[in-house]
Amino acid sequence: MKIKSIGIGRSLRSKLHSSWMAVCLVVVIILPIIILVGLVLKSVPILDQYSLSDLLFSSEWRPMSGKFGFSGFIISSIWVTLVAMLIAMPICLLTAIHLTQYAKKWMLKTMYPIIDILAGLPSVVYGVWGVLFVVPLISDYIAPLFGKTTSGYTILAGAIVLAIMIIPFILNVLISLFNTIPTELSEASLSLGATRWQTIKHVVLRKAFIGIVSAFGLGISRAFGETIAVLMVVGNVIGIPKGIFQPGYPLPSLLANNYGEMLSIPMYDSALMFSALLLFIIVLFFNAISRMVIIRSTKHI
Amino acid sequence: MKKFAKYEEWFFKGLMYLSTLSIGLVLFVILFSVLYTGLPYLSWEMISSIPEGGYYYGKSGGILNAIIGSLYLSLGSTALAFIVGMPLAMFMNIHLVRNTKFVSGIRFILDLLWGVPSIVYGAFAFTIMIYFGLKTSLLAGIVTVSLFILPIVVRAIDEVLMTVPRGLFESALSLGSTKSEIAYRIMFKQCFPGIITAILLSFGRGIGDAASILFTTGYTDYIPTSLGEQTATLPLAIFFQLSSPIPEVRGRAYAASIILILIILIISLLSRYFTKRYEKNKINF
Repeated sequence: MKIKSIGIGRSLRSKLHSSWMAVCLVVVIILPIIILVGLVLKSVPILDQYSLSDLLFSSEWRPMSGKFGFSGFIISSIWVTLVAMLIAMPICLLTAIHLTQYAKKWMLKTMYPIIDILAGLPSVVYGVWGVLFVVPLISDYIAPLFGKTTSGYTILAGAIVLAIMIIPFILNVLISLFNTIPTELSEASLSLGATRWQTIKHVVLRKAFIGIVSAFGLGISRAFGETIAVLMVVGNVIGIPKGIFQPGYPLPSLLANNYGEMLSIPMYDSALMFSALLLFIIVLFFNAISRMVIIRSTKHI
Repeated sequence: MKKFAKYEEWFFKGLMYLSTLSIGLVLFVILFSVLYTGLPYLSWEMISSIPEGGYYYGKSGGILNAIIGSLYLSLGSTALAFIVGMPLAMFMNIHLVRNTKFVSGIRFILDLLWGVPSIVYGAFAFTIMIYFGLKTSLLAGIVTVSLFILPIVVRAIDEVLMTVPRGLFESALSLGSTKSEIAYRIMFKQCFPGIITAILLSFGRGIGDAASILFTTGYTDYIPTSLGEQTATLPLAIFFQLSSPIPEVRGRAYAASIILILIILIISLLSRYFTKRYEKNKINF
């Protein structure tokens, strides 16, 4: 009798727990849908009044007189992301190859904690470092080198800070990617007399090519959404930037700087939610494509 | 030709060393430049007192409110994310273990959510709050941050649970364990170090993020005493004080960054320690 009652208690507990699990699952599955629906609903008013191409391709941003053109912000975002990727890509690729193919044990033992700490540092700390180090570096040394004078709060500053923030992220993806490539392949190549580097160039990199591209895609989506650190160093001047030594105003900064105090101006609120929607869609797009490609390519290896 | 191959190898090897070195160097430069400027401003008063009158003009006071607020915020949100995330990770690895397609679909969604910028969570949460007429509060911040770290918690625990050998799972089932017993008496114990690491990881994420709480927690000079009150947080304290024109106030932002970096380093060390300490309790095959 006693045994039986315990049995019921156990299975009841298990059932209760299972249903709680199912609730959690539902929460996670509908969360992105709720966010998407919420953002779309809030941006409907502005999409009703302006055409999509007006919003995306006009650069006039004067909320007080009802002018909402996002192109300056979008182009700033693209600039910052692109330059950051240009800096981060070669460094990540070379370091990942080094750590997975060449490095000695002590090297790995020192590098992994360093990458972990870099990945864990809060973005506001990167921002502080950007203000302390990168901005003066640009205004005092890099810009004069190219014959320009700036305050240092530029696209380039944002890009450098951003590059360093996404390096550990991309690096981790690349390292796990290179580790999934079977060693038999490189062993075969080495036994045929190829040098280590030839093996990497012709076998490892070729095998990992799609994975590398999608790792960079993940990096792009990470870089596009980064807010605080970029906001602190990028200058935040509205307009279309014409070079890396000019200040920019990326989309996330627009949201962070203006959201929360925009309620009195008509459509402003909707415009900002539209920018959040843009951000959400662009980031999800890059993320989804890269993830799908990674899943596909690891299946075939 | 052979010679060329040799030079090429040297060249690229050199580049690789350089880039690896540069990553190490960057961490050093970051820590050094923040410490160098921030240390002179760091004092016991900074850590142990809340802002007093005229604090934002450079008068006395500290950022205890932000430190405590940040700890409350990330403790609360980590707990909340854990309560939802842990069962979900278990669900994926115990109940759904046969539906591989469904599970990889969930993993895909979680990975996507992980990539959503925290500012989007913040803006979204703020809209919801306006819609229901809620004020900025510690609770709102906790919920927002927990949404933001939920995918991290689930995926990190999930990665650990995936490493549990199926034999262990099946032998427990064959001995008559219910699924919840398998989850908490076996999987949980087996993966304890990994789960601790996952919690610490998300705690670190929660304490460092500024964009998601920019609109949801508000800011106050006092230590919050209930969930409904506004709260200050370290990242926002740094962010706001850095934009001040007064050098003393900016200096405090640097000092506050040192505190934040220290917290992150402690978390990183703790997770290493726990991984080592509990690794020996694992059943090995």
